[in-house]
Amino acid sequence: MKMYRILLRWPEKVVLSDHFVLVLTALYFLLIWAIYPHMAGHRNLANLLSNVWPLLALVIGQMFVLIVGGIDLSQTSIMAVTSVLGAMVMAMRFDPAKFQHNPLWGVIFSEQGGWLAGHSSAVPAAIFVMLAIGMGIGFLNGLAVAKLRMPPFMVTLVAMSFFSGLAIYLTRSENIMHLPASFIAIGKGAVGPIPSALLIVVSLAAVAFVILNRSVLGRWFYAVGQNIRTASVSGIPTDRVVILAYVFSGFCAGIGSILYSARLEAGRPTLGRNLLLDVIGAAVIGGISLFGGKGKVLWAVYGVLFFVVLDNSLNKMPIEFYSIDIIKGCVILMAALLDALRTRIAANQVIAVGAA
Amino acid sequence: MAECALKIRDISKSFFGIQALREVNLDVREGQTLGLIGENGAGKSTLMNILGGVIALDGGAIRLFGDKYYPACPADATRAGIAFIHQELNLFGNLSIADNLFIDRFPQFRRSPLIDKRSTYNQADVLLSSVDLRLPPQTPVELLTPGEKQLVEIAKAMRRESRIIIFDEPTTSLTAAERSRLFAIIKKLQDQGQTIIYISHTLEDVLRVSDTIAVLRDGCLVSAGPRDEYSVNKMISDMVGRKIEQMYPTRDTCLEAKPLLEVQSLTQPGIVRDITFQLHKKEVLGIFGLMGSGRSELVRIIFGLDPFSAGKIRLNTVNIPKPSPALNIRHALAFVTENRREEGLLMEASVMENLNLLTLGKCSKLGPMGLIDRMKTTKCTQQMSKQLNIKSGPIQKHQAKNLSGGNQQKVVLGKWLLTDPVVLILDEPTRGIDVGAKVEIYRIINQLAEKGTGILYISSELDELMGMCDRILVMSNGRLKAEFQRDDYDQEAILQAAFSASN
Repeated sequence: MKMYRILLRWPEKVVLSDHFVLVLTALYFLLIWAIYPHMAGHRNLANLLSNVWPLLALVIGQMFVLIVGGIDLSQTSIMAVTSVLGAMVMAMRFDPAKFQHNPLWGVIFSEQGGWLAGHSSAVPAAIFVMLAIGMGIGFLNGLAVAKLRMPPFMVTLVAMSFFSGLAIYLTRSENIMHLPASFIAIGKGAVGPIPSALLIVVSLAAVAFVILNRSVLGRWFYAVGQNIRTASVSGIPTDRVVILAYVFSGFCAGIGSILYSARLEAGRPTLGRNLLLDVIGAAVIGGISLFGGKGKVLWAVYGVLFFVVLDNSLNKMPIEFYSIDIIKGCVILMAALLDALRTRIAANQVIAVGAA
Repeated sequence: MAECALKIRDISKSFFGIQALREVNLDVREGQTLGLIGENGAGKSTLMNILGGVIALDGGAIRLFGDKYYPACPADATRAGIAFIHQELNLFGNLSIADNLFIDRFPQFRRSPLIDKRSTYNQADVLLSSVDLRLPPQTPVELLTPGEKQLVEIAKAMRRESRIIIFDEPTTSLTAAERSRLFAIIKKLQDQGQTIIYISHTLEDVLRVSDTIAVLRDGCLVSAGPRDEYSVNKMISDMVGRKIEQMYPTRDTCLEAKPLLEVQSLTQPGIVRDITFQLHKKEVLGIFGLMGSGRSELVRIIFGLDPFSAGKIRLNTVNIPKPSPALNIRHALAFVTENRREEGLLMEASVMENLNLLTLGKCSKLGPMGLIDRMKTTKCTQQMSKQLNIKSGPIQKHQAKNLSGGNQQKVVLGKWLLTDPVVLILDEPTRGIDVGAKVEIYRIINQLAEKGTGILYISSELDELMGMCDRILVMSNGRLKAEFQRDDYDQEAILQAAFSASN
C-alpha cells in the first residue's frame, strides 16, 4: 500500500499539474517523431506552428464565453461573413463571370474591385470592418443571452446558421480573390524572423491573460460563471459582463478571420466550416469547463497545441484519407478518458482536504 | 428489555491522518428514538455516512438487529432497512408523488414490464394518508412545499418498511405549521414502534422527540443517556466542551437619533404593503415573521434585487429612487442573504477570492476597473480572516466549499465587512451553523453596532432576536403588525402578532 502510494506520487503531481496537457502533447509528439523522423523537420515544425495561431485566437475568444457559462457556436460563421465583407472592401478585382449576378454588384463592388480598392486606407478599413462586424455579432449574441435570457446554445446556433448563410448569399458561394498584398502579408509575412501571425496572436493572448489574471473585470468573468446569483447580489453588472464576453469572442473570431483569409488569399464564404469542433474540442481538452467558471489562457494554448500536433501527425502518417477522422476521434477519446481519471484523482484529494 | 436495533462498537474513521471518529460506541434500542447532537465537524455526518454506506469504516463493528452490517454502497443500506430523511431531499421533482414512492419497485401486472397504475395509486393513497398528506398521488413533486416533500420521503421510508429512519436536520426549511405536523408524524411512528435517529442543531426539538441522547465532540462520544438527564444547557456544554456563560452579548450602547435607513410606505402588490420604519445609528433592529410573511422579500426589495411599485427608501439621508445592488453598495449598504450557498459564496473559489469580491475596485491600480493590486488584497483579506477567526487552510487556496457552515458564513460576513458598511442587513445569519460559531457571530454583530453600524436583523429564531436586538418589528402577510422595545419583549405577544390574521 505504501509502496503503491510512493509510486503514484510522481505521476499524480504531473497529472494534477496545470501542464498535464502539454506533457501529454509532448509525449505524443515524441512517439510520432520516433516513427516518422520528418515530424520534427524544420519545414514541418514551421507549418505546424503556423496552424497554431489562428486557432488559438478563436479558442481564446471561446474561452471567455465558456468562463461566463455560455458557449459560442457562431464563431466560425462570424469568420465566414467577416472574411467575405472584408474582401468586398479591399479586393482589387472581381471576376464578372462569377459576380455580376450578385445582389451587391455595382453597389459595393464592381469589376474594378471592392469599395475602397486601390485606396491606401483599403486594408486598414477592411480590418476595421471585419473586427467591428465580429464584435457587433458578438454584441447581438450577448444581448440575447443576457437581456432576453435565451439559452446560449440556441442563440449562437441561430447566429451560426444565419451568418454562414449570409456569407454564402452575399457571394453566391464564390471565393473572392485578388486581395491586396499588404493584407496577405499579415497571414504569411514576418517581422524579421518572427511571423506576423504569431505577433498578433501572442499579443492577443497577453491581453487576455492580463484581463483574466490581473484585472477586476477578469475576476468578474469568473464570478459570473461560477455563480451568477452571488455575483449579482455582490453588485457585479452581470448583464454587461456576459455581453462583453460574447463581444470579445466575436472580436477574436474577427482576428481569426483576418489570419485565415490572409493565408488563403481569399474572402471565403465557407471559411472555418469544419473548425467549430476543433475550437470547442481544444478548449475542453485544455481543461476549460463547459459548465463555466474555469479557464486559463495557458490551458487554451495547450489545448490548441494538442489539436494541431494531432492533426499534423495524422497528415504525416501513411493512412488513408477517409480514416483520418476515425483515428482523430480515438485519440481525442483517449485524452478525454485521461482527463476524467485526472478529475477523479483531484476529487479524492479534495475529500482529503475537506475532511481535514 | 427491547432488543438492540443498532449496536455500534469501537468505530473509528480517519481521513488522511485526521481522526474523524475515535472508537465510538453507541446503542439504539428497538422502538426507541436516539437524539444525536454535536457541533459541525464533530463526526455526526461521518457516522451517518458510514451507516448509509457512503464511506467505509477503518475499524470497529456494527450490528443491525443482531446481524453484522457492512454496507458497501448506499443501496446496501436501503436494502438493510435504513432510511435517511435529509435536508436536501432525494426526490425527483419532475415525477409524481406515486412515481417517487415506488421508483425502485413499481407494482406490475404479473411478470410483465408494465406498471400497474391503479395499484400504484391505491397503495400510494394509503401511504400518504398514513403521513397525513392529503394530496392526489398524481401531483408532481416539484409543486410541493419543502414540508410536504419531507412527508413524501417519510412515506417512501414506510413503503420500504425501513427498520431505522434517520432524520438529519429535518426542520430547517419548514414553517411552524409544517414543523408541528412533522412532530405529530414522528410521534405516530414512535407509537408504532419505529426506531428513529434524530439529528438536529435545534436542541429543544431533540429534547422533545428523543428517548435517549448522545453527544459527539471532535469525533468522540462525550456523553450518552436517557433524555431526563439532559437540559439544553447541559447539551450545549457537552457539545462545546466548555460552558457558554452567555449566549448573547450584553447590549449597552445608547442609540443615536441619526436615522441611517428610512423606509417609507414601501409597497409591492402581493408581497409587502405599506412598510414604514427607521433604522438608527448603533441600532440592532430585528424583523420577526413566519415563512412567507414577507420579511426576506422586504429586504430583497430594499437591496434592489426585487422591484417595488410605491414608497421611498433613504440611505444615510440620501434618496435611493431606483435601488440596485451596485448603487446600494456604493452607499455602504451590505446584505448577507439567507442562503449562503446560492447567493453568498462562490463555492469553487478560494476564501480570499470570496472575501475580496466586493472590494476589488478599492484595491486596484489605474482606477476601479483596472489591475488588481495583489499585495494590498492579500493583506486586507488576511487581516479580515484573522479578525473573524476564519478556520481554513491558506486562504489563497482553500475553496469555500470545503469550509464548515460556520466558517462559510464568516466568509460572507467578512466579504461585506471589507466594504465598511454603514447599514448591514442580515437575513438568517446563523441558520444551520453550530453553537460555537453562532456565539462568535453574535459577538461580531454586537461590536459592529457599537462602532456605529446600523443593523437590520432578520431571523425566524425568536430567542435569537430577543437576545440580540434593541427593537423588534413583527411582520405578517406582508405588513408590519407590531413593534416591541427591548423592555417590552414578550415571547407570546410577539408570536401572537406574527400569527395574526391578515386584517
